[in-house]
Amino acid sequence: MTMHIGKDFLPPDVPGKVTGEIKYAEDHKREGMVFARILTSPLPSGRVVNIDASEALRMDGVIGIFTADDLPPVPPPGNPALASEYVTFVGQPILAVAAVTEEIAETAISRIRVDFERRDFVVDPLVSLTPGGPNPYPEGNVLVRTREEGPEGTPIVGAEIRDIKWPQSAVDAIREGREPVGGEFTQEWAFGDIDAGFAEAAHIIEEPFVTMGYPHHSLEARTCMAYWENGKCYFAGSSQSQSANDNGLARMLNIDAGDLVFINEATGGGFGSKIGPYPYMAITGNFARMLNRPVQTRITREQEFYIGSARSGMQGWIKVGVKADGKVSAVDLVIVNDGGATGGGSGNSSAQHVTIAYQPESMRYRGISVYTNTTPRGAQRGPGQNEMASVLAPITDKVARTLDMDRIDFRKLNAADSDGFQGGSRGPLTSAFIRQALEQGERMFSWQDKSSQPKRNGNKVRGLGVGIGYHGAGSRGYDGLVRIAPDGKLHIHSGVGNLGTYSYAATSRAAAEALQMPWENCEIHRGRTDNFLPHSSGQGGSNTMFTHGRANWVAAEDAIAKLKEIAAADLGGTPDDYEIGGERVFLSSDPDQGMTYAEAAQRAIALGGRFSGMEYPDDINPITQRAVQGLQGTGLVGVAKDNIPGQGQPPGNVVGFCEIELDLDTGKYEILDYGAVADCGTVVHPKNFDNAMRGGAVWGVGLTGLERHVYDPQNGLPANVGLHQSKPPTYKDVPLETQAQGVNIPDPQSPIGARGIGEPTQGAAAAALASAISDALDGHLFNTAPTTTDMIINHLAGNTYSSKTLKTNTF
Amino acid sequence: MNPKLTRRRFIKGVIFSGAAASTGASFYLANAQSGQNTAERLINLNVNGRTRPVDVMPSETLAHTLRYKLDLTGTKLGCNRGECGACTVHIDGVPNYACSVLTQNVRDREVTTIEGIKAADGTLHAVQQAFIAENAPQCGFCTPGQVMSAVALLRDNPRPTRDEAIQAMSGNLCRCGAYEHYLNGVMRASGQLV
Repeated sequence: MTMHIGKDFLPPDVPGKVTGEIKYAEDHKREGMVFARILTSPLPSGRVVNIDASEALRMDGVIGIFTADDLPPVPPPGNPALASEYVTFVGQPILAVAAVTEEIAETAISRIRVDFERRDFVVDPLVSLTPGGPNPYPEGNVLVRTREEGPEGTPIVGAEIRDIKWPQSAVDAIREGREPVGGEFTQEWAFGDIDAGFAEAAHIIEEPFVTMGYPHHSLEARTCMAYWENGKCYFAGSSQSQSANDNGLARMLNIDAGDLVFINEATGGGFGSKIGPYPYMAITGNFARMLNRPVQTRITREQEFYIGSARSGMQGWIKVGVKADGKVSAVDLVIVNDGGATGGGSGNSSAQHVTIAYQPESMRYRGISVYTNTTPRGAQRGPGQNEMASVLAPITDKVARTLDMDRIDFRKLNAADSDGFQGGSRGPLTSAFIRQALEQGERMFSWQDKSSQPKRNGNKVRGLGVGIGYHGAGSRGYDGLVRIAPDGKLHIHSGVGNLGTYSYAATSRAAAEALQMPWENCEIHRGRTDNFLPHSSGQGGSNTMFTHGRANWVAAEDAIAKLKEIAAADLGGTPDDYEIGGERVFLSSDPDQGMTYAEAAQRAIALGGRFSGMEYPDDINPITQRAVQGLQGTGLVGVAKDNIPGQGQPPGNVVGFCEIELDLDTGKYEILDYGAVADCGTVVHPKNFDNAMRGGAVWGVGLTGLERHVYDPQNGLPANVGLHQSKPPTYKDVPLETQAQGVNIPDPQSPIGARGIGEPTQGAAAAALASAISDALDGHLFNTAPTTTDMIINHLAGNTYSSKTLKTNTF
Repeated sequence: MNPKLTRRRFIKGVIFSGAAASTGASFYLANAQSGQNTAERLINLNVNGRTRPVDVMPSETLAHTLRYKLDLTGTKLGCNRGECGACTVHIDGVPNYACSVLTQNVRDREVTTIEGIKAADGTLHAVQQAFIAENAPQCGFCTPGQVMSAVALLRDNPRPTRDEAIQAMSGNLCRCGAYEHYLNGVMRASGQLV
């Protein structure tokens, strides 16, 4: 019987959200603050020849100008905060102007004359790969990693730009849905014998596919405010993470991380675009130091579209071999990623999704990530996995149909279980229960009943869909830090950011659970560095529940060990003779013999040393060391690095079920029902689990049905920078009475049994909706994400315009 | 004496709130460059039941005035172009996008922001309580706007159907996708979901 895990509670920041009192980056002000605005490139590709800011600088109220010359140079393929010589996308920041008001800053921006030389641009990766095709950068068109890729959201290091062209025959082949023989790739892996796998296949399916990038459009644009005081930089920024920003942002400001106070009480959405410090933070912090005044740099919605990052697109080809018994024997996968102005793609993660969904006996993946003169790309909720889930689901249905096999049975047979693997290295999983999730979901969604109902009703046709979402969901080796104060209260110091998932609060419950502490006697400290926060992972990759459930648990265990040591020293016996409960540590054989947590904390202060944080373990991160130093002598300090043994990737898995009604006259569809079941280990906070599942489903509707970049291939201009044109789903686009359940089988490598769930919630919905659209249209494969109404009506009208030649970024 | 400095001191004296003082002076400076008539810019604004003198430029939006002159930062700017609803406030009880209303046009009107929704004794409005009960906010950036739309709906229609509530809330975008939880909050606040 748990005390906290699996039970609802109120995360302490929720009331501040409904009253508007909680502070986001843009809400911070400081006496004497000036306002910076940025000047951005009007061209998709060009060279800055001259900047004349003389008229702007003569204006009353203008305080200063900040250009790339004020920052260390960032050679390609880095993503500089401000362009120096070359601009490579519309909206790229070139300089910032600070003034006493935003209006003056904007007027000053309009009076700056920038002379450009135009360069050729490209918005479609395959156009760039064509012989003689334009290169987005002077150095070339392809991002090549010379070192292994870092975690999601981390800066690109160990990479270079190369000029790669494919034979025209290869470009033509992939556009026509065939293998691009002769095309060069920069990423490739394989396992098993795919030739043998295809040879023993009873059926082989080959399909092309295309997915389009689209902006994150976090509702809070990435405004920053910074000021300097006594050599320290106080920086209010919009970030998914907290402590994970410290080192990178300090480097941008050329200071020790100990001289940075990063303030981040709440963040208005990130979805992968704000995992770590982003380049534009460098402008505000350094500008504030230059001017010796507080500076706020407010980013407009249009600028958030430009610099707020976007999902990368894919143009690809897949070949699936399946044996007569339904097992997938071979997969051959090719992905050309649209990396936008930053070049990175998610092809490897897309291939990883295929391994989870199919557990193929053999597989080859070949990928290349191509720059285009479009917005920077970065991690976006299940990058790679979720768009692959969307296009793979109808293809999977086709494979099952070919076998005359039930679609759900096919998935049960092929999807990963606890003995399964993920990715090209076939790494192990901590546990996986996708089959159980499918069985549970089938019942929950009344799949069999729905399947037996009539499909056609006049001009309306029903479609049923099923899909799997997956993302790696956990990491290891981070630190936890708790403190029992002399009044007996438990203080949980969390370096986890507040991106709206409440994982900072849910993972804090792990410490309360271990110490058997009533929640009302717990206080979470977070939101700014000077609240003494430990080293934390970035809040990306659905990792926090697993990662910091463990870290907080080991910190609490360290506190428990110290409680027992203190009790044994004062009351006799050995620490093993003691146990905890009721906010006391007491002798197991005689529970009356013991002391309260408050008394033990007072003794810890008196004893000093490691009991009160005067000493700490050698293996904790310097960030945690600084936090402990700040707490020294204030109570009983529990601090530890997560060294819990174990191996393998903790997966986040979700299966989705969708029912739609599609109007054959208009191509529009209504989602009649949606339900999903998560395999994320123990559900720690049921109410918030529900919200995560439903929010992810809304994102899935956007991915499969609505959201995409639209770039004009003639002029290279983005056509949908605003929210209305980008079309994130609204109240009217999504089902609003949905079902969400968890398999609720604990993960053996989490002390609280939990794995993450943030990202696969989207993938499952995207896949189930794509599957339902295909089912409604007798198995037609659009092989696109999104599949928009215009594509559906064009298909119904026999017009292939909107679904051929793997067109990306455009209509 | 520098005439601008004199005027700045004057403006500082009438602008509401210390936090806005330097900003207010700056706005005067901005307008002084355009040569516009400053006298008409000093208007009385009724916000959350209090009348406050504010220096307002002719082209200034209500969202800007609220956030940067009156320090009422609960009103959020998500798009500043009438697309997201994060800046929703009430004008004479009717929900409006504050980014799309000129402050000069709400003289003599009653403006209510998220800061004015809870009772004087601090008791949260039924909508706010229901949103907490439903754990409705995720990132929370759109939440003040969602609250304002829901409060206006329930004032006009205390027991809306689910479809009526969807219609009334549909001008408020939630990028996190917490729609179902907000909608359940509306139904809970109306006493139809317990």
